[in-house]
Amino acid sequence: MSFLRIRELVRKEFIQLFRDKRNRPILIMAPLIQILIFGYVVNFDITSIRVALLDHSRTVESRTIIDTFSANRMFQITNVVDDPKAMEELLLRGKVDIGIKIGPDLARKIRRGETAEIQILADGTVSNMTAIRVSYVMTVLERLNRQFLRDIYSVQMTYGRIDARLRTWYNPNLYSRHFFVPGIVAFVVMLISLLFTSMAVIKEKEGGTMEQLIVTPMKPYELIMGKTIPYIIISLIQMVIVTILAVYWFELPIRGSLPLFFLAICLFLISTMGIGLFISTISATQQQAMMTTFFFIQPSFLLSGFVFPIANMPVVVQWLTYLNPFRYILVIIRGIFLKGVGLDVLWPQYTALTILGLAVFTAAVLRFHKRLD
Amino acid sequence: MQSTNNDAIQVQDLEKRFGKFVAVNKVTFSVRKGEIFGFLGSNGSGKSTTIRMLCGILTPTSGQGTVAGYDIFRQPEEIKQSIGYMSQKFSLYEDLSPFENIRFYLGIYNVSPTLWAERISWVLDMTQLGDVRDRLTRELPQGWRQRLALGCALLHKPDILFLDEPTSGVDPLTRQHFWDFIRQLASQGITIFVTTHYMDEARHCERIVMINQGSIVAAGSPDEIISQACPDTQNADLNDAFITLMKN
Repeated sequence: MSFLRIRELVRKEFIQLFRDKRNRPILIMAPLIQILIFGYVVNFDITSIRVALLDHSRTVESRTIIDTFSANRMFQITNVVDDPKAMEELLLRGKVDIGIKIGPDLARKIRRGETAEIQILADGTVSNMTAIRVSYVMTVLERLNRQFLRDIYSVQMTYGRIDARLRTWYNPNLYSRHFFVPGIVAFVVMLISLLFTSMAVIKEKEGGTMEQLIVTPMKPYELIMGKTIPYIIISLIQMVIVTILAVYWFELPIRGSLPLFFLAICLFLISTMGIGLFISTISATQQQAMMTTFFFIQPSFLLSGFVFPIANMPVVVQWLTYLNPFRYILVIIRGIFLKGVGLDVLWPQYTALTILGLAVFTAAVLRFHKRLD
Repeated sequence: MQSTNNDAIQVQDLEKRFGKFVAVNKVTFSVRKGEIFGFLGSNGSGKSTTIRMLCGILTPTSGQGTVAGYDIFRQPEEIKQSIGYMSQKFSLYEDLSPFENIRFYLGIYNVSPTLWAERISWVLDMTQLGDVRDRLTRELPQGWRQRLALGCALLHKPDILFLDEPTSGVDPLTRQHFWDFIRQLASQGITIFVTTHYMDEARHCERIVMINQGSIVAAGSPDEIISQACPDTQNADLNDAFITLMKN
């Protein structure tokens, strides 16, 4: 192995990378845009629920219900209507998220000790948001029921109560930001390492420069090192930038070990570099390589648990996710950052990442050698 | 064919098959040190396959041979270190400057950095690219780029220089300069192995081998080949000989 040869290969790669102006936006903007989008824009947090109200009861009881909702900061009663048609119209136009209909017999039924119905209409087009909104409504109504019980019967119940004291661990305020941002670190690393590694090899083939390299005494593994080292360095720099942004800008906690996190990223890089090299052996042009890269990134993003829980996927697809390195790095990063756990908990992910990385990289290198002859 | 220590290249019964297809059919020839050797053949004649075997890129199916004293089966890496190669297609980095290309190939050929300064100025001087050493190669005229490619192939002071159709698409004047330069290199003891489509160029060669459908059909000096191939034609030239030999 010639250190000189690898050094010059790496130097040449850097010169070409930074000389091509088209690369600059990808190198600088891609990580920034990713983290800003997932830090600010993609958000499952519900801060306000718009409510349309229809009260045909107009009693103390219905007034209590309305007051309880308007006193809750989560709810904004944006419209009070008299006509059920008008409420439908508001939901249809997306002006409100929830409609609450109180019928004329509410007070009568409650006072008689019967169960009174309130109709809750919810816009279900964004299903998971709706589920959360409805559960907020239910919580409020639950509290109201207890209040009615106390007020009406005015008795201190001798029976004890269960008081659920909720403590959400690892992400106490349930910020979706804390769920997404750690994954961005890995995503940016994956994007850069995959794309640039495959492109760098294809560029030599497309430009005919590979032909000249083959007649030199350079060994295939030296070429592979020359093509991967620059992008390992760049990926690691990107990782540091994104991590700093995540921690200082988005206030992501680091509860676990940074060296362990660094180790995980390095293991992850073995897989992505391997896939990058592999893509370079199956593509003839840079466009093909780019298309193949995105064709690969899309499913590995969706089937990773980054946004959608793996447990909700069909079983066969769940098996597929075991082949996805992104799946493991996500568990590791979230574990390290949010839970502060170490190898004692994460060793299965580290093992899987190592095995997967070595397998993919070896296969890619073998194929790379074969294509070179 | 007689082989002596004065041979830069010698091959015997060299064969290359791709599956059932015989690309090169047991060819035997030798190239003397310091000579300009022409290797002619039509497209698909097995010319490129032979060159690729000699350069250590392809492993022959059978036969034997040495290039620069190294065995083509067992020592392809040593062969690669002892030869320079320039293809018809410009295959240096167009987004690098001549200087950066030179520096890159010095590294690739593992030339000791203590020699770099001397080699760089030697090559820039020889190729007359000193004034444009920091321009992008992409911006240089084709003849200049050709000179740069040749310069880069000589950086590690190879014993043998392989030129695969080096002058296709180059204007006659530049070709003339190119051949002057090639003769100069040969006079310094570098063996030149060249393929070309231009028969007037082939006359620059001291000896020629013609290959057709994987087999050698003629060998010798240009004059010998002409008289062999066209014994009955008056004033026959190498073009006539080539056409006659490739027809069969």
